[in-house]
Amino acid sequence: MRYLPLTDGDRRDMLAVIGAKSVDELFKDVPTAARLPGKIGGLPDHQGELEVERAFQAYAARNLSPGSAPFFIGAGAYRHHVPSAVDYIIQRGEFLTSYTPYQPEVTQGTLQYLFEFQTQVTLLTGMEVANASMYDGSTAASEAVLMANRITRRHKALLSGGLHPHYRRVIETTGRWEGFSAVAGKADAQGLEDLIASIDKETSCVVVQNPSFFGHVRDFTKLAAACHAMGALLIAVVTEVVSLGLIKPPADMGADIVVCEGQSIGNGLGFGGPYVGLFATREKYIRQMPGRLVGETVDAEGRRGFVLTLSTREQHIRREKATSNICTNAGLCALAFTVHLTLLGEAGFKRLAELNHAKACELAECVADVPRVSVLNDSFFNEFTVRLPKPAAPVVEALAERRILGGVPVSRLIPDEPDVENLLLLAATETTTEHGMAPLVAALKEVL
Amino acid sequence: MVQSLDRSQGRIGGAAADATPAPAACATFTGNRGLQIEEPLIFELGQPDRCGVDLPEPSRTKDRLNGLRRAGEIGLPGLSEPQVVQHYTRLSQKNYAIDMGVYPLGSCTMKHNPRLNEKVARLPGIGDLHPLQPVSTVQGALELIDSLAHWLKTLTGMPAVAMSPAAGAHGEMCGMMAIAAALEARGERAQRKIVLAPESAHGTNPATAAALGFTVKPIPANERGRVDLAALKAALGPDVAAIMLTNPNTCGLFENDIIEISQAVHAAGAYFYCDGANFNAIVGRVRPGDLGVDCMHINLHKTFSTPHGGGGPGAGPVVLSAALAHHAPYPWIVKDGDRWRIAEEGGEVAGTPLGRLKAFHGQMGMFTRALAYIMSHGANGLRQASGDAVLSANYVMAALKDVMSPAFEGPCMHEALFDDSFLKDTGVSTLDFAKAMIDEGYHPMTMYFPLVVHGALLIEPTESPAKEDLDLFIGALRALAERAAKREHLDAFKTAPRFAPRRRLDETLAARKPVLRWRPSNRPPEGDPLKQAAE
Repeated sequence: MRYLPLTDGDRRDMLAVIGAKSVDELFKDVPTAARLPGKIGGLPDHQGELEVERAFQAYAARNLSPGSAPFFIGAGAYRHHVPSAVDYIIQRGEFLTSYTPYQPEVTQGTLQYLFEFQTQVTLLTGMEVANASMYDGSTAASEAVLMANRITRRHKALLSGGLHPHYRRVIETTGRWEGFSAVAGKADAQGLEDLIASIDKETSCVVVQNPSFFGHVRDFTKLAAACHAMGALLIAVVTEVVSLGLIKPPADMGADIVVCEGQSIGNGLGFGGPYVGLFATREKYIRQMPGRLVGETVDAEGRRGFVLTLSTREQHIRREKATSNICTNAGLCALAFTVHLTLLGEAGFKRLAELNHAKACELAECVADVPRVSVLNDSFFNEFTVRLPKPAAPVVEALAERRILGGVPVSRLIPDEPDVENLLLLAATETTTEHGMAPLVAALKEVL
Repeated sequence: MVQSLDRSQGRIGGAAADATPAPAACATFTGNRGLQIEEPLIFELGQPDRCGVDLPEPSRTKDRLNGLRRAGEIGLPGLSEPQVVQHYTRLSQKNYAIDMGVYPLGSCTMKHNPRLNEKVARLPGIGDLHPLQPVSTVQGALELIDSLAHWLKTLTGMPAVAMSPAAGAHGEMCGMMAIAAALEARGERAQRKIVLAPESAHGTNPATAAALGFTVKPIPANERGRVDLAALKAALGPDVAAIMLTNPNTCGLFENDIIEISQAVHAAGAYFYCDGANFNAIVGRVRPGDLGVDCMHINLHKTFSTPHGGGGPGAGPVVLSAALAHHAPYPWIVKDGDRWRIAEEGGEVAGTPLGRLKAFHGQMGMFTRALAYIMSHGANGLRQASGDAVLSANYVMAALKDVMSPAFEGPCMHEALFDDSFLKDTGVSTLDFAKAMIDEGYHPMTMYFPLVVHGALLIEPTESPAKEDLDLFIGALRALAERAAKREHLDAFKTAPRFAPRRRLDETLAARKPVLRWRPSNRPPEGDPLKQAAE
């Protein structure tokens, strides 16, 4: 077995040093009834690289790769071009195969890139501090609500109808079992929702998304002021982080906590994970933050260095009094994010955002020309909602039969509201071409 | 002694290791030390007009941003591609990693990460799939997830698995929510508020239970490092929801009363949550289902070698017993005839799902890597791997027991646990000893965990090192232990590490005055070679 270096001779020698007759003897603490005498039946034995690779190629062949079809799917995960240098860096063994930087003297590489990551997140969101990443945007949103509950000592979260439905479900699930109520607004397909009247003295936070799940770009400045007047916090969710290159950042609208799905920068679609959650807030809330934090310090020779810090919030120190049970974050995905964003820089990041918006504007114009199709959005970044003359789910299936990945039917994510049945989300990014838009328009004309 | 120093080429013991470091007066002009290169932050390297990508000019259209265009500079530095590659390559060289050698971090299972797994995770048609593509276009992906699920269920002897948790701690949350859901279904959630957890438990266990509103009651360990069965039985009652138990436990020992424990827990109407962090020790040899476990998370990055990546991403599927299976979270994968589909909210409801833990369907990239690892090993190789891991830990224990102090008697499982009594009165602490290992070229073992052992040193070699490498590692530890015992060159412990990219870092300063981001006003501190080089 190519991954196991011990030879039978090594094993014999090692057993002799231990003073045991067999490896099985080392398992003598396992009750006899639970000890399996041999390998588990019904499972195949080991295979070579070639055989395993073939098996995965066979899985891949039964999927339609986005690279081989016109592609317009978004809804919280976006297809972007990732520069080659990103994957090279994250596959370096020193990053790929190291652990959480508990021993800072031999993990300065990880610690320094996380410090750079934290700084980049504060710059994009406009916030004062950021942590070293969360699992993804949805779990970061749920942790943000828990943090707002701790700060306000209240237990009611108000969720916008423009929030990604999966994010809403994750927050509701956390609330159901961790003991807070999550009141969700009706699906806000038109982008006209006004939550101000719903905020009361029990509200710990209002959770909004910008651009919204339906693509609308909105100003939450008044909502933030209303939250603050009532002692509540405003949590802003961004599922398309590239939008921050073009849209006013949440901090400038008065958000108290900003969480983003960072997948768009550096991380492939990967069928939904692993992704990387960004989590930023105001300095005064540092000690209520979940997750790992990297801080600057000096070593015994006075040289700058970095360490994990403020661990007294965390489970391995505080145990049942921790701010969160989170142990792992998304270190390597955070590295991919940081390397990609460093390659982009100020100019590249802004241009990438402009390109995405321009492509989406172009797509919206094309689709608006299809008879009986209407674009619902006045504003959007790289994704918008269209109303079809019939249910969207079978239309998307019909497009897939034509090898076009033509967006996400809203009903797939919001199955319980009949009003949304005919709505379709369409996204465009820098990877979208006119050669892709034309077949979509033609196919839509055919199937509608 | 068994370990030969013949192959050490003078690396261990002897005069060379005792040589004093170059005094500060002989510091280099650049601050670099040979291949150890001082590296600024990207924010100190950038120029506004540099860029590491070439993107086309966007077409000029009227924007549709609702008047909310971002104004002003974001503040991101501009670097060209070669600068970025050099910067992160230099940073990488400041890390220790599995690819460099023995990484004996107990409880973390730093085993070899095969590169085949990286390759298959990136195949077009796997790595680039969108989670919301029509299910007709992702049949292979769903089948792949189901294949991994089948392996996990078969290896654990459990009937169901929830695939979506993003990490071990997230899996714990999933499992404990499933228990809360089952109690709710029985109408006993309000009554059963206590979760029992051994004092030696991972910190995530009490943190998870407390987050769900349970009161955590610690169970003491006996003198053999196992759960005190009598104390456990005395604590069980109609107010107990569950026990959270790691097995093999965090002392690296198998809980030999495990079946009696699970029977007592079930007889009291409670559930048995097993922390599966140490499943790697028993995979292919013991099925947790046979031990009476109700749910267990599996850290794919531990048992099934998905890369740790500097602290994630992980994946924490949770296997569930029949009693908990119908509370599994959305989504799950169903086969109708020859077609796969995803059961999500709004579809048919089987049982009472606890809700949703994460957007989309789970850590697919980790599933792919774990399945490649599992298929490469097969049923026979997985059994061999757990056997080799346990053999290696026992070998380390046997080879060090005369110079270090094992915390407990008898064979261990996959980890060798020592206390600090061998350092008593030497003036050397567990921390000093661990830092001295860095100078010998090793990442330290886990220190001061589990909490039940004084000055704990927890060594987990895994199945990955060759015997020759284990012997070198053992030789280094023996030499250090003997040096401490003789009280020779104690400054080599006190000032360690001397040869790492950084000396000991001031963690108190970091926590007292948190600097969590770079600002233009940040300057490297006095004494920093970066500052001196700049001036």
